[in-house]
Parts: sequence; structure tokens; C-alpha cells
Amino acid sequence: MERRAVDWWVGLFVLLGIGALVVLATRVGNLSGFAFSNGYTLSADFNNVGGLKVRSPVKLGGVTVGEVTRIRVDPKTFMALVTMRIDPQLRLPVDTGASIYTEGLLGEQFIALQPGGMPQDLKPGGTITMTQSAVNLDQLIGQMIFSKASGGK
Amino acid sequence: MAAFDFIPNLGNRILAMVPRLGTASRFLVLGLAAIFSRHFSFRQLLRQVYGLGVLSLALMIVAAFFTGMVLGFQGYYALVRFGATSALGTLVALSLLRELGPVLTALLFAGRAGSALTAEIGSMKATEQLSAMDMMAVNPLAWVVAPRLWAGIIAVPILCVIFDLVGVWGGYLIAVPVLGVDGGTFWAQMQSNVTFTGDIMNGLFKALCFGLLVTWIAAWQGYAAQPTAEGVGSATTRSVVTASLAVLGLDFILTALLFK
Repeated sequence: MERRAVDWWVGLFVLLGIGALVVLATRVGNLSGFAFSNGYTLSADFNNVGGLKVRSPVKLGGVTVGEVTRIRVDPKTFMALVTMRIDPQLRLPVDTGASIYTEGLLGEQFIALQPGGMPQDLKPGGTITMTQSAVNLDQLIGQMIFSKASGGK
Repeated sequence: MAAFDFIPNLGNRILAMVPRLGTASRFLVLGLAAIFSRHFSFRQLLRQVYGLGVLSLALMIVAAFFTGMVLGFQGYYALVRFGATSALGTLVALSLLRELGPVLTALLFAGRAGSALTAEIGSMKATEQLSAMDMMAVNPLAWVVAPRLWAGIIAVPILCVIFDLVGVWGGYLIAVPVLGVDGGTFWAQMQSNVTFTGDIMNGLFKALCFGLLVTWIAAWQGYAAQPTAEGVGSATTRSVVTASLAVLGLDFILTALLFK
């Protein structure tokens, strides 16, 4: 094997490895989170975030338009304060609502946005005030049993 | 009477393993350190990366493609009963990245490249080329062994990344066009459950360890082979068997350490 040919093949081999790693990182792994890195942030208070995690999707009409960047407890109100990053091209009205839903019965939780009709837009860093917490299945079953029991009397 | 001798000789055999392991470890350390020797040649390293890595590429790609496709099929039939085919992408990617990629790459590498490496060094020894180098004051560890050890360390992780990628692609080709799983869900579920450091990098770290292990065993078996035709033949067999078992054993230890 000629010297130059070996060099070429080894170089290509290493490049192929690096290329494969980049594709793995962005396409298979979740390093592709920079998709919304230039987006603006919004926050929302929830009573209960359920199984919502950082990087959970934010959807509007079923389309992913952002992701959750931070979840913490507000020390004053004791509400869960969720910060999310939204696609910069999307301007949401100030009366937009946010709810936490579950994908299917056992799927992941995500934030669903319901745009309102006000002419003013939410400013970057703004807060969504109309929120609906995660549905707690245990609580729901408890309520059902309770209402059945009281209804039976 | 050989069968009766086996049991009384068992202790001796095990005791004889300890100094052998010591010599082999010394061989590894000196072989790796020989990269700083003036007899180490970068050109030899490139040649070995070509011989061990580039020439194994076709085998790895074919093996990875079929592994991924089989994973897609089997995963689908297991998951479809629970209506959970959306998790197929995660299943394929995690099995490949964490276990099958590194382990199968290392096993194929031991068969394809390790055996050739043992046979090559073994015949160098049988034809007294290694002694000739010693006579000419060329350190055979630096000229012959070090480039091969380092080439293994470089080539196996690269082969493993390519294996992972082709395997995931094979799984995708079966899951989405053939079995009708939703393509968006396939990738999205994969992306939300695979982490870069936790899964991809740990898998590559495994591959790096396996690369070192396989080339070490292969080079050592060649170096310690009986300098006869028969000796080289049995050393080659031993190299593949030992390297494969060692990879499986080390994989268990690494999995227990890395994925708690």
C-alpha cells in the first residue's frame, strides 16, 4: 500500500468517526437542544407540575414550539415556577394559557399553550398567568370514589 | 493418565498463571510507554490504524446494519403488544449505544484484526525477526508492539461510533418504512431519552477499554507464542478466545460501574 493512500484512508476514517459522533450527538442524543437557544423565555406558575422535567417540550396545537428550561419553587407563593424557552418567531398574546398534559396514558408530560385573543403580545421574560396544573391520576380516582360514595346516599 | 494428572496439577497451573499475568502486564505498560521511544514511528502507527481500523470498516458496517434491523424487528414485536411502539427508537438506540455497539465491535475486532495481529507478531517471532531487531538495537516493543497497541486504542472507538450510527439507521429502516412506526416519534423519543455523556460517551469509553484489552491480548499472545508454525496457530486461537471472553467479562464490570 502506497504511503499517501494509507494517509488518505486513515484521515478519512478519523473524519468518518468524528462525523458519526456529531450525528449521534445531534440526531440520536439530545444535544440538539440548541434548537430554541435563541428563543425568548416565558415563565408560568403552576400549583403542581406533576412529572414535568427540564427539557420537556412546550407545544402549541401539538407542534413543539419550545422547551422547559428550569423548574423551581417560588419561596413566597409556594407555587412551582416553570421557565421555558419559546421559538423567537412565535409571538403569543398576553392572555395565553398554559396547561400540563400527558402524552397518551403513560407518556411524557408537556406544557400545552392555548393562545388567547388579545392584541398585545407577551414580552420576553413575561409571565403566563392562566395556568392549569398537571392532572394527578391518584387524586382524580380519589375524587371519583368520594363523589360516588356521597352520591349514593 | 492425563485425566488423573489434571486435578493434582490444577494448583500448579493456577500458580503459573500469576507470573504470566505479571509478564503480560509489564509488556502492556512497556508497550504503551514505548510511544516515547525514538524507535517509535508515526508512519507505522498510521499503517496499523489502516490495517486494523480501515480494513475492518466494511465488516463493522454490515454487522451493525443487520444488528440494528434485527433489533428493530424484535423490539417491535415485543412492544406492539403494549401499544408502546413509540418507544422503539429509544430501545434500539439505548441497546446499541450502551451494550451492543461496544461489545460487538470489540468481538468482531478480536476476530478480524486481533487474530491477524497475533499471527503477524507470532510469525515475526518464529522467523526470528524480533531477535534480529534486538541485535540491531531496535526496540521491537517500540517498532512493532507500540504502534499496534495505540492503533487499537484509536481504531476501536471510531469503529464503535460508526457501528452505533449504522445500527440506529438499520433499526430506523425497519421500524419506519417497513413496520409503519411513526418516524417523528421514533427520533423524538430517542432524543428525549438518550443523553450525550451518560449513554454515547460511556459507550465510547467502553469501546476504548475494549480496544486496549483486545490489542493487548492479541499482541501479547503473538509475542509469547511458541516460535513454531503450530505455536503461532494455537496462539492465534487463544488470542481470539481469550480476547472475546475478556471483553464480555470487562463489559459486565464496566456496565456495573458506569450505568448505576
